[in-house]
Amino acid sequence: MDDRLVTALIVVVGVPATVVGYILLTEALLRAVPTRLQSTIRPWLWLLPALLLLGVFLVFPTLTTIGLSFQDKLSRNFVGLANYEYFFSTGSTLAALRNNVIWLVLLTVFTVGGGLLFATLFDRVRFESAAKSVIFLPLAISFVGAGVIWRFMFAYRPPNEPQTGTLNAVVTGLGFEPITWLQGSPLNTVLLIAVAAWIWTGFAMVILSAALKGISPELLEAARVDGANELQVFRRITFPLLLPTVAVVSTTMIITALKAFDIVYVMTNGSFDTQVIANQMYAELFRFNQPGRGSAVAVILLLLIVPVMIVNIRRFRAQEAIR
Amino acid sequence: MTPFDRPIERTSGRRGRPSRKVVLNLIVIAIMVLWLVPTFGLLFNSFRPAVDVSGSGWWTSLVPPWNFNLDNYRHVLSQNDIGEAFVNSLFITIPSTIIPVAVAAFAAYAFSWMSFRGRDLLFVVIVGLLVIPLQTTFIPLLRLLGPQGIELLGPGVGSFVAIWFAHAGYGLPFAIYLLRNYMGGLPREVFESAAIDGASHVTAFFRLAVPMSVPAIASLAIFQFLFVWNDLLVALIFIGATNAPNLPLTVAVANLSNSLGGEWQFLMAAAFLSMILPLAVFFALQRYFVRGITGGAVKG
Repeated sequence: MDDRLVTALIVVVGVPATVVGYILLTEALLRAVPTRLQSTIRPWLWLLPALLLLGVFLVFPTLTTIGLSFQDKLSRNFVGLANYEYFFSTGSTLAALRNNVIWLVLLTVFTVGGGLLFATLFDRVRFESAAKSVIFLPLAISFVGAGVIWRFMFAYRPPNEPQTGTLNAVVTGLGFEPITWLQGSPLNTVLLIAVAAWIWTGFAMVILSAALKGISPELLEAARVDGANELQVFRRITFPLLLPTVAVVSTTMIITALKAFDIVYVMTNGSFDTQVIANQMYAELFRFNQPGRGSAVAVILLLLIVPVMIVNIRRFRAQEAIR
Repeated sequence: MTPFDRPIERTSGRRGRPSRKVVLNLIVIAIMVLWLVPTFGLLFNSFRPAVDVSGSGWWTSLVPPWNFNLDNYRHVLSQNDIGEAFVNSLFITIPSTIIPVAVAAFAAYAFSWMSFRGRDLLFVVIVGLLVIPLQTTFIPLLRLLGPQGIELLGPGVGSFVAIWFAHAGYGLPFAIYLLRNYMGGLPREVFESAAIDGASHVTAFFRLAVPMSVPAIASLAIFQFLFVWNDLLVALIFIGATNAPNLPLTVAVANLSNSLGGEWQFLMAAAFLSMILPLAVFFALQRYFVRGITGGAVKG
């Protein structure tokens, strides 16, 4: 314990001190360099710590993984596309891919739709900030915590016993038989996505709400004076103006859906046909000791995200052009 | 000051019958209740004895006679090394927050107020790194840092050092993006007149850029703190699910969740303990938290 405390202190004080010391040192060294060269070299010296960390922890491993995906399970022999063939010819991995598509569509629809609805509704009540805090709250909880919370929502007891799960209590209260929520596909995947939506809707709502408040009230009032009803105002004015923000939030949610891991790992661990790509990759790596196949899964995940990345960069460049 | 943007009184001048207003209020309240029910279920259950938890739903505990106690928490804190895991989580989270914020601040300044060849391209590449799934990095990093490489991972302090820098690397694209957006938006005149007065970049950074960027730095720190505290995947990879003395809370709770089929009451207490700190951080600082994300995503 003491050992750790010392290490922690060294890091907490030492890292900022090292970074600052590094910058001061480079400035001292730069004085020896001709003035014209200084402004060429300095930016790279300031960027160096960041570039090192990014290189070691993101760029180098990603490139290596692409290489590993073409090798066998010992990472010695080149096997061509065998690992990819395995992925696309095995039922369970294809099911994971299909589930990720369901995740992508439903999570985006649930969070963006819910966020938009809540932002619009909450805008019209006095206790708006309290309502927003409540929806936003799950974002501060870990996915593991959320998994435990929702196990209680989905708990199942045989029909003649008292139900302990909230949802089944409602179902039996209405006179139906209790349901084994997490065991029937595809309902279970939809329910796992609902848990993710419970977490992420607050994120979508906060961003959409900020954009909503940026719309000039006069514009909406003018439309109302001209006789438009609330639904028309929303469809013809509010929604088109929100569209760029909706695009941003959707992109974030698509990436979140493709990377989905924690909730599945904690709640079903991929059983009952709920597997997703990220959990499949974890299983290949650490349960089946198949680094080649695991890397191929990771590369497929990366390839799925590349189009989203390109759209993101385009949008970012357009935004920078306006600045 | 309310935590979120002040509600703008836009409804005042609008025609609308009072009954519609009541219906709207009721709908909003129903949504809030719906969102809170899962968390409250866990909260109430975590204070109930095991027999009650397995015998009846949490809602039955709301009516007298009340039968709440702290036994689950007492048991978890004494038996399952959750206290140790709490300390480990702090030990992982604090350096993992400080390192990327410090490193990103300098990089963001360079991107904002220094001009060099390839600046915009490099920045776009870093923003592009935002979407790399962390999963693609694990095998090479395990080989580099594990027994086949420099042997940093394992039961000692080394695995903590590895996870600090890993979280720093993973967090940097977002950190640089957020800080660059904010620093780049600071008034140009301030930096120009400082340069004319002979201030160096170091002076401009410490005297101008950092103090003026405090809101962005604060929101970034909160984000990174919550992200690392709540992280399961990176901890599973670098610390491992079975590395008992070094486990953070998320892994410890996930282990409980996977093993204790019949002892839910302890799992619930442990899960709630893992939420206390992030919830406290969230409620204390949500103003910055929200400003951070909206500041980055919505202009004006």
